[in-house]
Amino acid sequence: MSWWTPQLAATLWAMFQALVILLAVVVVGAALTVVERRLLGLWQDRYGPNRVGPFGTLQLIADMLKIFFKEDWTPPFASRALFMLAPNLAFASLLLSFVIIPITPGWGVADMHIGLLFFLALAGINVYAVLIGGWASGNKYALLGALRASAQTLSYEVFMGLSLMGVVAMAGSFNLRDIVAAQEGLWFVIPQFLGFVTFLIAGIAVTHRHPFDQPEAEQELADGYHVEYSGMKFGMFFIGEYVGMVLVSALIVTLFFGGWQGPWLPPIVWFALKTSFFLMLFILLRASLPRPRYDRVMSFGWRVCLPLTLVNLLATGAVLLLTGS
Amino acid sequence: MELGFYLSGLVAVLATVGLISGSSPVHAVVYLIVSLIAVALVFFALGAPFAGALEIIVYAGAIMVLFVFVVMMLNLRPEAKRDPLWQRPGYWLGPSLLALVLLVALVALIGDGQAGMTIDGELITARDIGLTLFGPWLIVVELAAILLLAALVTASHVGRRNKPRGNRNRGGTR
Repeated sequence: MSWWTPQLAATLWAMFQALVILLAVVVVGAALTVVERRLLGLWQDRYGPNRVGPFGTLQLIADMLKIFFKEDWTPPFASRALFMLAPNLAFASLLLSFVIIPITPGWGVADMHIGLLFFLALAGINVYAVLIGGWASGNKYALLGALRASAQTLSYEVFMGLSLMGVVAMAGSFNLRDIVAAQEGLWFVIPQFLGFVTFLIAGIAVTHRHPFDQPEAEQELADGYHVEYSGMKFGMFFIGEYVGMVLVSALIVTLFFGGWQGPWLPPIVWFALKTSFFLMLFILLRASLPRPRYDRVMSFGWRVCLPLTLVNLLATGAVLLLTGS
Repeated sequence: MELGFYLSGLVAVLATVGLISGSSPVHAVVYLIVSLIAVALVFFALGAPFAGALEIIVYAGAIMVLFVFVVMMLNLRPEAKRDPLWQRPGYWLGPSLLALVLLVALVALIGDGQAGMTIDGELITARDIGLTLFGPWLIVVELAAILLLAALVTASHVGRRNKPRGNRNRGGTR
């Protein structure tokens, strides 16, 4: 057993963790598609999908079978290479961001000291999935959706980064493990309440969820940038959106709600509970809010949220300087 | 570390060649994005992940999105019938000669410097960069801020609406 070194064991253990986290995220993302439809049905006083299996629990399997076996059609007027690239980008860029999230003290994929910046970089790359997919489809609705998406995401990413800088200043690090450790006594949601609110709004806008789903508004754009996609490629866009939801929820929990910390229960349970709370909030927002007009969304971002984050950052910096911590 | 450096450098060079040799504007912009990401990976390989992440966030994530946006708005199509200008020697001989002079100077400078410098993977953290920027280089940072402010004012002046004052019911929402 000379080849069995502690280093090899550590490597294998890290790979095992990464695989488990990857599978868990994809499974949770896929399951959310059904959970969301059931909950929407409940809140809107109708049944929702309840036919497949007991209480509709097997609906997920039926959906997956359908998506796997649908014809994967590429329109003849599409730009082929870019048309293939876009769904992979949409899926991979958000999934890769999970690398930085510490699940429990012992679990997590990578311990990077630029953690938050890595997430912001991948969120920046995620824009191209929508943009390229919309252009490569060779369809006017798709192009319009892509243009809306790029303008919206660009505007909201500006203050998404700024809203997180207050947290970074308080923790003194971009590393998410350090940020969780800094919330030992007080969750950052209390001193950084403005940062939390603006990050929540920006997170919803960046994942194109209701009420910020103008890029894929059914009534105006017939589904926007992914109107020409079918089969597995559409599936990747679709699951990618839910993976984005899980990612933003997990980030909110890690940055503002103390991550895995909590009394009595084991860390993994606390992390799962807090994350599912924010997932439910995402779905509840979709169920209750109508979609605002597009120019209102843009001016809200630039005129309300951006000044709010700047004021928050200035105040945080001033308080930190005065208290000398 | 060194392998990553050379691989991403190769990708950057190839992507840049693809950028200037293609005929479709959108494909060219995508090549440019790949090239920028490759340069960011070069930074990562050199042990400067902060600079690499900023390169992706600022250049690939923000500036290039605007490029793609404009190319899509103009709806440029590949120009198949365009005379390939870069195939005529008259167009590239002069710039190539100048670039060759720069290359010779670069190689001479590298050869002249301390030999045996390798990539050692020493990490430059965000804290180091912040302390350097706001310590010895504070004046440069402030000057850059003033320059950016001037650019912002100019852009908003150039981009203003040339309508009579009474007619601006909801100006500036775009």
